[in-house]
Amino acid sequence: MAQGFLVFVENRNGRIRKGSLEALAAARRLADALGRTVDAVIVGDEAAADQAARFGAHRLFRVAPADVFESRDGVVELLAGLVRQESPAWVVASATAAGKDCLPALAARFERSVIQDATEISVEGGELLVKRPIYAGKAFEVVKPAGALAFLTLRPNVFPAVEAPAPATVVAHAAAVDPQRIRTRVAEVRETAGGKVELTEAAIVVSGGRGIKGAEHFPLIEQLAAALGGAAGASRAVVDAGWVDHHHQVGQTGKTVSPTLYVAVGISGAIQHLAGMSSSKYIVAVNKDPDAPIFKVADYGIVGDLFKIVPLLVEEVTKLKA
Amino acid sequence: MKIGVCIKKVPDTETRIKIAPDGRQVSLDGVSFIISPYDEFAIEAALQLKETAGQGEVVVIAVGDEETGKVMRSALAMGADRAVLVTDPAVVETEPYDVARILAAVARKEGVELLLFGKQGVGQDYQQVPALTAEVLGWPAAAVVVKLEVAGGELTATREIEGGEEVDRLSLPAVVSAQKGLNTPRYASLKGIMAAKKKSIEPLTLAALGQAPLAQRSWEVVRLEMPPARPAGRLIDGEPEDQVKQLVELLHTEAKVI
Repeated sequence: MAQGFLVFVENRNGRIRKGSLEALAAARRLADALGRTVDAVIVGDEAAADQAARFGAHRLFRVAPADVFESRDGVVELLAGLVRQESPAWVVASATAAGKDCLPALAARFERSVIQDATEISVEGGELLVKRPIYAGKAFEVVKPAGALAFLTLRPNVFPAVEAPAPATVVAHAAAVDPQRIRTRVAEVRETAGGKVELTEAAIVVSGGRGIKGAEHFPLIEQLAAALGGAAGASRAVVDAGWVDHHHQVGQTGKTVSPTLYVAVGISGAIQHLAGMSSSKYIVAVNKDPDAPIFKVADYGIVGDLFKIVPLLVEEVTKLKA
Repeated sequence: MKIGVCIKKVPDTETRIKIAPDGRQVSLDGVSFIISPYDEFAIEAALQLKETAGQGEVVVIAVGDEETGKVMRSALAMGADRAVLVTDPAVVETEPYDVARILAAVARKEGVELLLFGKQGVGQDYQQVPALTAEVLGWPAAAVVVKLEVAGGELTATREIEGGEEVDRLSLPAVVSAQKGLNTPRYASLKGIMAAKKKSIEPLTLAALGQAPLAQRSWEVVRLEMPPARPAGRLIDGEPEDQVKQLVELLHTEAKVI
């Protein structure tokens, strides 16, 4: 059979990243169109492998957990071994923190670059056409991988994670990684979100802008996010003013999000901000200024006082969900 | 310690992006350029490390053109000691691996012990040159770093990951890419701006670095597209109570997102 896909499935303490399942399903859709196969690899126990096996791979290599795979260097060693062994045409991962870090390190070993953060992939004339945002989504470039080996990461939350008709065959893979090859050691992993939904993976994002007037009002944004079961974000103005931590920032110099619902509260809609959220499926804007540029991209807009609107929204959404 | 800081020239983030007539690149006519914002955190980190140590050198490194040289002056004005600029028509700036192997060659030639980057160039958003460069050098790397400490030849880097932070330990020489939050970049002082005019920007070519042009490309750009236009939205009128009721109703029954 012709060469196919190799998908890296990211597993953090038994939790498989949603983006990895999306990457598996996307690879399967493309492989079916091209008449190729999908191999995947996961480091984890049998339960994790069984879960991942449902999402599109034909064959899933399961590697038993070991300390070396806590470091990206161990993962890169593992993937490099598999690329040499299986000669895939396309190596795919989700564009998560780990995916965006491991794939370039892997690609460098084959003197190649990575097509990062793909948002659309199609097949044309037996070849892949990959669309990715540039200038944080102010434009897109469509590229065609060149050569016999390509590396791609897929933006989380964009591709659907659909189960395949039949599960993958799980194959035990013994990857011996020399601990000497581990250059970066992971000393500690701290969960800071405390079980909250991660911004880039959230289906619903509520962001606050300068209109919230001060750090003491950011809890309003968090309450609405919580009521909707989403994540709380912020504009650059709010982050630069020190009202919230930078990991909340949405925009060209922050995170790019593509949730199904984005609620912009007290955000005027500077081009810098629009770049980070305008690929959201539905956009709601609440702003007291009817001329705010955010209303140009909003599907639903409310011109009004956010300090009145948001508490009412929390109440109404809570009622709906009860 | 000798610290290298790799920077990239990018259009100002307020720029409205237009596609050039060939349909394959962004039109940069009349655009003003800046140092990619994340690179400023890297420059600041380098200056702070040098100041804390009370010795060392900060060398700004870039691959680019004459315009890149101009934005490098602002890094020098912040306090970097000197700059190295690789300008060569054979360099493919749209091939991150090509840029990475050249930066790696400069880092080796300069003998830097720490190579800093911004986490990504705000523009092409390739998000990979730091990791590629580290791999070419065979050095440890930490990406998207919000806290950095150096002690006794060892780095402790706190990096941002989904829903948390990861603390990495790596020994020098190493590559680190900076994220917003690492520090607050200083403004160049008038004295700094004056001093920058006298600092050197050393031009280098591939030949001077002993590098041949890259043989293979990873992709070909087929076309550029603008984001799809969003359909006209709806303004919801009325008293706050009615507005909110209508909005929730629309999100629930029309958009079906809640």
